[in-house]
Amino acid sequence: MIKAVMVMNTQGKPRLAKFFDFLPVEKQQELIRRVFGVLCSRPENVSNFIEAESIFGPDSRLVYNHFATLYFVVVFDSSENELVMLDLIQLLVQQTLERCFKNVCELDIVFNYSKIHTILDEIILGGQVLETRSTEIMRAVEEISKLEAATNAISFIPKSASSWLSR
Amino acid sequence: MGSQGGFYQSKEFLDLVKSIGEARSKAEEDRIVLNEIETLKRRISEPDIPKRKMKEYIIRLVYIEMLGHDASFGYIHAVKMTHDDSLLVKRTGYLAVTLFLNEDHDLIILIVNTIQKDLKSDNYLVVCAALNAVCKLINEETIPAVLPQVMELLAHPKEAVRKKAIMALHRFYQKSPSSVSHLVSNFRKRLCDNDPGVMGATLCPLFELIARDVNSYKDLVISFVSILKQVAERRLSKAYDCHQMPAPFIQIKLLKILALLGSGDKQASENMYTVVGDIFRKCDSSSNIGNAVLYECICCVSSIYPNPKLLESAADVISRFLKSDSHNLKYMGIDALGRLIKISPEIAEQHQLAVIDCLEDPDDTLKRKTFELLYKMTKSTNVEVIVDRMIDYMISISDNHYKTEIASRCVELAEQFAPSNQWFIQTMNRVFEHAGDLVNIKVAHSLMRLIAEGFGEDDDNADSKLRSSAVESYLRILGEPKLPSVFLQVICWVLGEYGTADGMFSASDITGKLCDVAEAYSNDETVKAYATTALIKIYAFKIAARRKVDMLPECQSLMEELLASHSTDLQQRAYELQAVIGLDAHAVECIMPSDASCEDIEVDRDLSFLNDYIQEAIEKGAQPYIPESERSGMLNISNFRNQDHHEASSHGLRFEAYELPKPAVQSRIPQALIASTEIVPVPEPMYPRESYQTTMPSIPSDAGSAELKLRLEGVQKKWGRPTYTPATSTSNSTSQKTVNGTSQGDGASTVSSMRETYDSRKPQVEVSHEKQKLAASLFGGSSKTEKRPATGHKAAKASSHMVEKSHVPKSSMEVASDKAASAQQPPDLLDLGEPTATSTALQLDPFKQLEGLLDTTEVASAVNGAPAASVSPDIMALYVDTAAGIHNKNDADLLSGLSNPSVTNMPGTTAMPQVTQSSSKRPNPKDSLEKDALVRQMGVNPSSQNPNLFKDLLG
Repeated sequence: MIKAVMVMNTQGKPRLAKFFDFLPVEKQQELIRRVFGVLCSRPENVSNFIEAESIFGPDSRLVYNHFATLYFVVVFDSSENELVMLDLIQLLVQQTLERCFKNVCELDIVFNYSKIHTILDEIILGGQVLETRSTEIMRAVEEISKLEAATNAISFIPKSASSWLSR
Repeated sequence: MGSQGGFYQSKEFLDLVKSIGEARSKAEEDRIVLNEIETLKRRISEPDIPKRKMKEYIIRLVYIEMLGHDASFGYIHAVKMTHDDSLLVKRTGYLAVTLFLNEDHDLIILIVNTIQKDLKSDNYLVVCAALNAVCKLINEETIPAVLPQVMELLAHPKEAVRKKAIMALHRFYQKSPSSVSHLVSNFRKRLCDNDPGVMGATLCPLFELIARDVNSYKDLVISFVSILKQVAERRLSKAYDCHQMPAPFIQIKLLKILALLGSGDKQASENMYTVVGDIFRKCDSSSNIGNAVLYECICCVSSIYPNPKLLESAADVISRFLKSDSHNLKYMGIDALGRLIKISPEIAEQHQLAVIDCLEDPDDTLKRKTFELLYKMTKSTNVEVIVDRMIDYMISISDNHYKTEIASRCVELAEQFAPSNQWFIQTMNRVFEHAGDLVNIKVAHSLMRLIAEGFGEDDDNADSKLRSSAVESYLRILGEPKLPSVFLQVICWVLGEYGTADGMFSASDITGKLCDVAEAYSNDETVKAYATTALIKIYAFKIAARRKVDMLPECQSLMEELLASHSTDLQQRAYELQAVIGLDAHAVECIMPSDASCEDIEVDRDLSFLNDYIQEAIEKGAQPYIPESERSGMLNISNFRNQDHHEASSHGLRFEAYELPKPAVQSRIPQALIASTEIVPVPEPMYPRESYQTTMPSIPSDAGSAELKLRLEGVQKKWGRPTYTPATSTSNSTSQKTVNGTSQGDGASTVSSMRETYDSRKPQVEVSHEKQKLAASLFGGSSKTEKRPATGHKAAKASSHMVEKSHVPKSSMEVASDKAASAQQPPDLLDLGEPTATSTALQLDPFKQLEGLLDTTEVASAVNGAPAASVSPDIMALYVDTAAGIHNKNDADLLSGLSNPSVTNMPGTTAMPQVTQSSSKRPNPKDSLEKDALVRQMGVNPSSQNPNLFKDLLG
């Protein structure tokens, strides 16, 4: 099972954090900090794997990949395999984000925060890899995007707030 | 830019992100965020917010929370958004609540109804959004509310919905297997879904189900194999391909499942050979995901019933991995090798060089993985090299978590495969020196035991040589600047026990060193305690050898310092030292026999040596002892009312009081008891009974068995930890008082008891000797390479260990030894020590015992087998609390399980008669006695050098 997906930049600022088992905010922050501490001490040209038991408790491993100014990190347990997780990061970044944003960069992720969450929700659900076909992921995301564009056009006429408050 | 993908963000949000991005310090960032929170708090509660705005606010809240700030004020608004009709608003609401809330949050109850409704929606996007939320937010209690809807969705026309419904059901199963156990057959059904995506999703729950219960799914082997075959033959749509690999994610899941199903099942495995072989052949090893599939094949091959051809293919792949330049592949190769050597150990040899390369690699992850492999490969032939490497690495890292792990592995391997004891001790020394504070204290104890016991061979010469070399190495190591506490404890103990044994070093050499240690580590009370006790031993041996004792000036000053120590434990040891120096050779020999740490302490449970005394007392009109069982009812009542001290004490004592000739005395005893109950049970008022009983023995201590008490103290303290409950020091002061007003009066009776105990001890010693021999023969046997013999050795050791249980403390104890034993060495020790008991215990479970040795947590139950097994942890905890008032509380640390029953039972059985006797017997001494006891228990120790001592206790 996948325990968490994190994106952080090379300064250690979190850009996205999704924990599949609930953790309080402070704990999340601490974990992100510690992961960053380990990541930035890794030399170049080493493996993308880290044993993460000292951070995430027993039976946890971590795979990361470094793209431009971002670290993509996946934390998981022994029921997954490292190379697959590495490939999952590739799938996310190179086949999905790249297609969504063309030359995806840190800013895209920051500004499209909720969209990245939507994409991740398509790929991973409840800690399990659900969808690995980038075409499918793209299609699902597009569908929502289209809706959003449509709604944005409509919602320039604000509904009276009283109607939704009364709901 | 924000609208690029259609996910609209306002300029304000962009500005926020930008300003945070440009923040130059954490403080600046925090300020910006706090500002933002203020703004949002204000805005979000304004009336008539357009939905679009509201949605944006929520996204901003999510963002803020990700940065680590509290956004809980907006949770309710996120919950409201999920109720919205507009899909986008709803989706944002769901996203926010899944990130904000956990499944037990109070607000969930407000969402469940919406989820129910949305699961029935016609719009599949709404359904998907709701299913996402279901996976995250539904807990055991709310499962029934949404279960029917989710079940319906399993047949939804959209495959995306079916997939998510399966995941939701899987999640329910993870959270509460019982709530959906009747529905697991649905996973099997969905396996046949005509959409491969749904089928693939089904594999996740099936994998988990099979992992829990393989046998119920054996019938699926054929199906899985045929699915895997079809996938491998590219029967699935191209969309599933990944780097030209056909549906690798599905292949990997299937291989994992097959590995489970084929494990130890020849028949099932035979069905798999062909398809796994095919995959080995077809797999493209140039891509990452291709290698992932290959790795999974190796895992599968090493798990199912072995097939030579497949093993060969696996070995090929492994060597390809290991030769690769990619660290990732090397890592996978090492991991795979670790799996495969379980089946074919010879395969490791051809990769020796590659493994060594990985060991020298700068990549820490790879290095650790390699150590893991080496750990699995260790035999007695290579243990020296491997452990050496491990220790070198351990020294080089700073990560305490891993340091601890690798240190414990070193210890484990060394214990299992040590080629010689000399090597073992040296290795342990290195481990202690560099990771001492991370090593389990039990390891230190077993090292001391090893040195004390020797190696089970009859060769005393070798043993003493070993000890000499240990002493020599420790004297050298003591020169190092900063040593871990645990290691110092070992050093002090060994120096005390064997420092002067071979005559190479004079007593003044050793005592000088010990004083240096006590001075250099003056903050560490445990070390100081060990050092003091070691000093006692050195001087005792010298006295016993009838040589003149001249105390070094630094030792003298150390003793003086400790006599006034704030730590009652240290204080007592100092008094013991003082007392021992004042004794004559004969007495010292009795209490401090040389090299007797491995001897057993015999406990005379019946206290038969007191028979005369009791007889005499009864003749003079004392009350006979009333067994606890007859007395317990009354005591219980009094204890229940413990809070009300007066009442309690008068209850407890009534039977005594009526018989007394002098009514005045009567009131005093209660007082003493009051005092004791006041002090002792404070931390645990629920269990006053023990404390009540346990305080009893301290009353007669001066009269009859002062020495007994005194000894006890010495014994256990040695092994105690410095962190006692406050109440403990009360007892310390009590006993220490005893030391002061030393009452060595009844030497005769105690000596005779000693005789007794020694006599009965003999058979046990022989037994343990035999075990040791057995252990040695097992260990030294030709089949050294196997783990079993080593374990056998260990087991034997462990069996003797329980004998040691008793002698370890004894050895450490100085003044006290035997009498102490007779008074209160836990009876269970004794039981264990008896030959029959020993042998049964040996058969008990050597492996468990072995584990126990290495285990940090509870050695007690494992080590001493049956008797302690019945002691529940609760009792133990209770014991630690209540026994605080008793003198032998130190016991708790070392002997926890063992001492336990004794403590709870003994005082009642053994001490009571004395009390009754002394009280009714000799009114006058009794009077003073009681006064004394009272005084001591009140914590007003007249001889105490620092009255402050009791402030912490009573405050």
